Amino acid sequence: MSQKRNDHAPDAPEPIESMSFSSAGLRAGFVRCTPIALGVAGYGFVFGVLADRAGLSAAEATLMSATVLAGAAQLVAIEIWTEPIPILAVVGTTLVVNLRYLLMGAALRPWFRHLSPIQAYASAFFTADENWALTIGELRSGGRQGAFLLGSGLAIWTFWVLATLLGVTVGGSIERPARFGLDFVLTAVFLVLVTELWEGRSSLPAWTVAAVVAVLTARLLPGYWYVLCGGLSGSLLQAAWYDG
Amino acid sequence: MVDLDPTVVAVVLAMSVATYATKAGGLWLLGRVELSGRTEAALDALPGAVVISLLVPTLSEFGVPGLVSAAAVLFVARRTDSVLLALGVGMVAVISLRRLL
Repeated sequence: MSQKRNDHAPDAPEPIESMSFSSAGLRAGFVRCTPIALGVAGYGFVFGVLADRAGLSAAEATLMSATVLAGAAQLVAIEIWTEPIPILAVVGTTLVVNLRYLLMGAALRPWFRHLSPIQAYASAFFTADENWALTIGELRSGGRQGAFLLGSGLAIWTFWVLATLLGVTVGGSIERPARFGLDFVLTAVFLVLVTELWEGRSSLPAWTVAAVVAVLTARLLPGYWYVLCGGLSGSLLQAAWYDG
Repeated sequence: MVDLDPTVVAVVLAMSVATYATKAGGLWLLGRVELSGRTEAALDALPGAVVISLLVPTLSEFGVPGLVSAAAVLFVARRTDSVLLALGVGMVAVISLRRLL
């Protein structure tokens, strides 16, 4: 460990001089991500069932999965989806839940600035948590296939959209959902999401504040303001907690 | 059979624009603006805080069966990483506890 690191250290990352954007890279991304996409399909199916219960048609739910492609945000949106649609709350929470993509996109910059704008910004649409993590791992270990994010994203997109369609179709044939515990499904989905978003004890202060503020504002304010109030207070506390 | 309500389509498209803005915005904006570690920490904490805010106030509506089932879901999700298995256990737990309690 005392050895001085220099430019030729064997573990130093390769300098990024150029990136390819080929069908081989696209295929590699798609194939590597397919097992992960099968797992994502589980969420997609549940999203479809819940979208049906919220009153969306098969075409509407599938359209949402195909054009939004953001699991957590779509599940949150469908939870607060009522008739008439609380448009501001739905679009606002979508934006807030997705703000993390700003950071994920920024992390791709060192590699993606070597791609053409069309390649980079078309790939960006297909960013999801799972294939982003896979792609970053690939790039950090020396991969130079610029189409990997797009290929892996297409795998996620395909399974996500098909699973939504299946869920919304099957969901429509279930009668009297409370009898089968279906009123509890979304709560259970959020519990699973929570285990995936948990980053260890560092998450605890922000989550505690979010929970307390959400419970209090749920009693004081109408509608779904408690989601935004709780979420933003947790996030602000994390910023205040931050040192160096 | 294609059943599309204009308002729903408009809301869905607004959601997709908002989402794409965050996905592409990171590539575009953050190459031009230097983000402090503090801001990064705040953005990073947002999804977890939002989901917790949505979850906790509604959890009490399900009473004791809900709380016990919630614990079961958390346990299975942590242990197996399987979404569907965790959900399945949660459903079975909530249905049987409602009958028992």
